[in-house]
Amino acid sequence: MSSRRKILFVTTDQQRYDTLGCNGGQVARTPVVDTLAMKGVRFERAHPQSVVCMPSRSTILTGQHPATHGVWMNGVPLPVGAPSVAEELRRAGYRTALVGKAHFQPYLDPFLRFAENALSGGAPAPTGGAHRGFEHMETAAHGPTGPLHYARWLAAEHPEAVGGYYQVLDSAMQVNAAGGGETGAPQVTVNPIPRDLYHTDWVADRTITWLDSLESDDDWFCWMSFPDPHHPWDPPEDEMRRVDWREVPLPAAYPATRSERERILDNKPRHWGQWYRGDLVSNYEAPATWVPATLTPEQIREVNARNAVECELIDEALGRVLTRIAERGWEDDVDVVFTTDHGDLQGDFGLLFKGPYHVDGLMRLPLVWCPAPKILPTPAVVHRPVGLVDLAPTFCSIAGITPPTWMAGSPLPLDDDDADSRGFERVLTAWDSELFGVSVRVRTITRDSWVCTAYLPGTSHDGTEGELYSLVEDPLQRTNRWDDPALSGVRDDLLVDLWSHQPRVRTPRPQLEAPV
Amino acid sequence: MTPIRASVRRQARIDRPPKEVWDLVGDPARVHEWFSGIVSCNVEGDRRVITTAAGIEMPEKILTVDPLQRRFQYRITAPFLKEHLGTIDVLDVGDGSCLVVYGTDAEPATLALVIAGAAGAALEHLNEVLEGDR
Repeated sequence: MSSRRKILFVTTDQQRYDTLGCNGGQVARTPVVDTLAMKGVRFERAHPQSVVCMPSRSTILTGQHPATHGVWMNGVPLPVGAPSVAEELRRAGYRTALVGKAHFQPYLDPFLRFAENALSGGAPAPTGGAHRGFEHMETAAHGPTGPLHYARWLAAEHPEAVGGYYQVLDSAMQVNAAGGGETGAPQVTVNPIPRDLYHTDWVADRTITWLDSLESDDDWFCWMSFPDPHHPWDPPEDEMRRVDWREVPLPAAYPATRSERERILDNKPRHWGQWYRGDLVSNYEAPATWVPATLTPEQIREVNARNAVECELIDEALGRVLTRIAERGWEDDVDVVFTTDHGDLQGDFGLLFKGPYHVDGLMRLPLVWCPAPKILPTPAVVHRPVGLVDLAPTFCSIAGITPPTWMAGSPLPLDDDDADSRGFERVLTAWDSELFGVSVRVRTITRDSWVCTAYLPGTSHDGTEGELYSLVEDPLQRTNRWDDPALSGVRDDLLVDLWSHQPRVRTPRPQLEAPV
Repeated sequence: MTPIRASVRRQARIDRPPKEVWDLVGDPARVHEWFSGIVSCNVEGDRRVITTAAGIEMPEKILTVDPLQRRFQYRITAPFLKEHLGTIDVLDVGDGSCLVVYGTDAEPATLALVIAGAAGAALEHLNEVLEGDR
């Protein structure tokens, strides 16, 4: 048996920090991840470097900030030759796989120009031995469409189940605004699909099959990437018995009256309120024809109930994979890292989905690292800020490899003392969108329990706007203190730190090649 | 404020004489030689059908082939587009090289971006193809 540690890297898509029991979540039951957290390290302040999928996933893979790897927004493909932690591990002798959602390249691809889409037409073993360092790739996304292994499998083996899913895009190829369920909430439908055909269980099944193909003494790195709980919210309807949506509490950050919502939003940079009222569509991350001001409390409850059921299904699927790992005799040798790519507003401020809004709903992520039991890890909670940019060097460290210099982050700390000794003081997040004549550019630093966001000049901002929140005094980020004279020193200090720590910028900047 | 249609432009500077570039991009039967993701095409009169790598056949109508302005225009007539106009201009910049501008106007707006994204990559490939001819 090899003495090296194996790595099960588990991601979900668009999952909030507060959806896990170990983080205080009250709706979804997540005993599997909660147990990992109890035995390992739970991070209280893990942030993404982008709050949308492609840039964030590219950061996870490369260990670089979006400005450096170049994927500045969904629809910008990660260059095929971009560095990859999976390739580093493969070179070191690890067997490597990615099962589930990849999304390093755009999905809307009628010309089939992108390698990850072309992959689904054949065997899951990429030509040339590996793609981005993965010798095995089986892909899935949020439903039964697209050039993905799950979609092809479902259409071929269970065509009767295809039609039950929500249609993610409408006839104009926009993110669909159609409502469903019992409340008419956007991106919701009643999906009669049996649980064992749903993509969550498929990802776990395919992961187990790949693990079963390995020799006992293989070293391996497996990225198991669940597409949920990202919208659409269409889990198997039989599973909805778990949560009565009428009993789901409204988010603490949901202001009860429209006037209160508008007062809070109008205290933030103008694009917040413009989107809320339906006056501005700045990106492709939410239904373009949906107006957030129409969102009802009942719709929030139903969306969050469905989200919770999806989180429970993921937790149980992960449990099945961990059981199989134990059956293979690997239990003491495997590091498990659980996180997501970004969050979801889920009713905060009366909003859903995501966009250029750097607040906890989108930025505060679940992150749990349960090191291999054989190293006798000490359970801990880390309060210092860390980023998804730190994951790639963490995987190198677990594998006993020195992280390459092109990685911007550092191996995750094991506790706060470790974090302090290695300078985990700040985490950066960026947003750049340009869509049909509308541009928004945002830079954020989180440090010393403050979140400070600066807006660069764009079509909605002149470069003077910003946001400043105290995570201690204002944990829901309701009151923007950017223009508070009493805090100008704090703001200016954070801005100096923000601008002095901007990452290296890739030139020329890659172009937007699709909406998503 | 939802965009119904969109107009998206991509361009590339190509270090080859304008006539040489035009001879390739102005020939409707040679599009598959430089547009990545188009695997074949069939031209009959002012009608062209291209086949993508995904196996999708797209019927097109050729609107303009003007060797004096070096302008090529076409329209995708597939039903998933309510409107489309593609315009390729080869502009002489006076130093023996040229600027190729590829404009895409389409409804729905999303597809304008998808086509323009592919066009942008095609222009990069065009540069490689012509450099390879040297």
